[in-house]
Amino acid sequence: MAKKYDAGVKEYRDTYFTPDYVPLDTDLLACFKCTGQEGVPKEEVAAAVAAESSTGTWSTVWSELLVDLEFYKGRCYRIEDVPGDKDAFYAFIAYPLDLFEEGSITNVLTSLVGNVFGFKALRHLRLEDIRFPMAFIKTCGGPPSGIVVERDRLNKYGRPLLGCTIKPKLGLSGKNYGRVVYECLRGGLDLTKDDENINSQPFQRWRERFEFVAEAVKLAQQETGEVKGHYLNCTATTPEEMYERAEFAKELDMPIIMHDYITGGFTANTGLANWCRKNGMLLHIHRAMHAVIDRHPQHGIHFRVLAKCLRLSGGDQLHTGTVVGKLEGDRQTTLGYIDNLRESFVPEDRTRGNFFDQDWGSMPGVFAVASGGIHVWHMPALLAIFGDDSCLQFGGGTHGHPWGSAAGAAANRVALEACVKARNAGREIEKESRDILLEAAKHSPELAIALETWKEIKFEFDTVDKLDVQ
Amino acid sequence: MPFQSTVGDYQTVATLETFGFLPPMTQDEIYDQIAYIIAQGWSPVIEHVHPSGSMQTYWSYWKLPFFGEKDLNLVVSELEACHRAYPDHHVRIVGYDAYTQSQGTCFVVFQGR
Repeated sequence: MAKKYDAGVKEYRDTYFTPDYVPLDTDLLACFKCTGQEGVPKEEVAAAVAAESSTGTWSTVWSELLVDLEFYKGRCYRIEDVPGDKDAFYAFIAYPLDLFEEGSITNVLTSLVGNVFGFKALRHLRLEDIRFPMAFIKTCGGPPSGIVVERDRLNKYGRPLLGCTIKPKLGLSGKNYGRVVYECLRGGLDLTKDDENINSQPFQRWRERFEFVAEAVKLAQQETGEVKGHYLNCTATTPEEMYERAEFAKELDMPIIMHDYITGGFTANTGLANWCRKNGMLLHIHRAMHAVIDRHPQHGIHFRVLAKCLRLSGGDQLHTGTVVGKLEGDRQTTLGYIDNLRESFVPEDRTRGNFFDQDWGSMPGVFAVASGGIHVWHMPALLAIFGDDSCLQFGGGTHGHPWGSAAGAAANRVALEACVKARNAGREIEKESRDILLEAAKHSPELAIALETWKEIKFEFDTVDKLDVQ
Repeated sequence: MPFQSTVGDYQTVATLETFGFLPPMTQDEIYDQIAYIIAQGWSPVIEHVHPSGSMQTYWSYWKLPFFGEKDLNLVVSELEACHRAYPDHHVRIVGYDAYTQSQGTCFVVFQGR
């Protein structure tokens, strides 16, 4: 039956709070942690979030009646208490598939975390998780290659990849920078990485870097007989320049490039991922700026959402934190989102922070990259936490070796392989970590010195963003 | 002590990917790794190549992949038979994972010359 136009302001909950609604398989589901202003009922806050992130605006408007809004509106279908936080609650919201452009993560985020985050009736708002429906996933390109293809291209099996970031992160000339790359790769690393801050500064223009790095990669490959690579950072001022750099990396026959997906933006990232898929190039993804968005427990976007978005937008490796190193990250939460990077189905599991079943279908997996303040003593824990489908990156833990980067690289490689071998042989590598490393050091002076150098370094601070549990 | 006397000279070594930085495994250690392959449900595959071709993607199969093989001793005797037939070749064992269509693991057991 046709409705009549009734000007004025209605309560959001009359339209957007529908606790009887059963979400469809094609709905995009979101879980928000909401902290409302004092005195505003939960249902009204939750409905306001649903409205403002979908079809609603603050006032009734005549043009609503030109369309069947029942078909397009987002609905809050469930409210739950947040364990350990009296002021906040979870709002579960279902969005119809047709609200979103096919394959556009940019569009999904513009809707879900757009205006609504500045809404005055809310004190804080945090997007905790999204369940992407298969119908949407099938419209996304995803990782250009994925874990299986990346292993085949790099010829690395049965162990994590081993990498490091070139340091100092700023200031080196192209030629000196290439030297450090060469030292790391000849010492036994698989991959080296441009620091995220390195784009094309006056001290080192990108073309200089690319040429010297390519020479270093090829030489190390020739001398060691193993496949090597370096993530050439193609993050640039404009998309045009980004593609120019990517094309040059391809011309140099390099296997992998890199992008910063949050500062660079999802549109640029999806475009570059498409380019990589078309050109047989692997794509390493850095996440600068993520902690601005994801660290506060009541406000922002949880990293598990940003990780899911990256898998859909496209990337073959994504930084995930280390759990044990210098940067924030709780173990269970980290396991929750690395599952979402690598597995084809991830069940709802609140103990890992996953609010929904997530079916990824045939979407390829993304390597989890652990990087930041880690050294050889962390190796057993890193292998236990991250497993084989990961890339472990030791920056200071490579270059800081008293004999230099090549020896530092060799120390890390020996430690990694000793841990993998021990794990395969059925040993408990975290409990027996000390014995495993000291045994391995007997035949590797490089490892013995590394173990001595970093024996006292720990980063034991409490996690700021914890899982909501009682 | 003068700086230079405490710094070692790291020499580049040619290696053969996974476990290339560990000393050669004892027979028991090789048994452990093959047992791991079998326990994962992977199929053992034996491959060999002349050292001049070690960077090729495809090494020669020794016979066919041992699909579904659970007998550790049989795999070890096949490895040894391959090594006897091609004493100057590298011989590696692969744990083939049909679910991912990837190699669960892969490492060189005998190094050729």
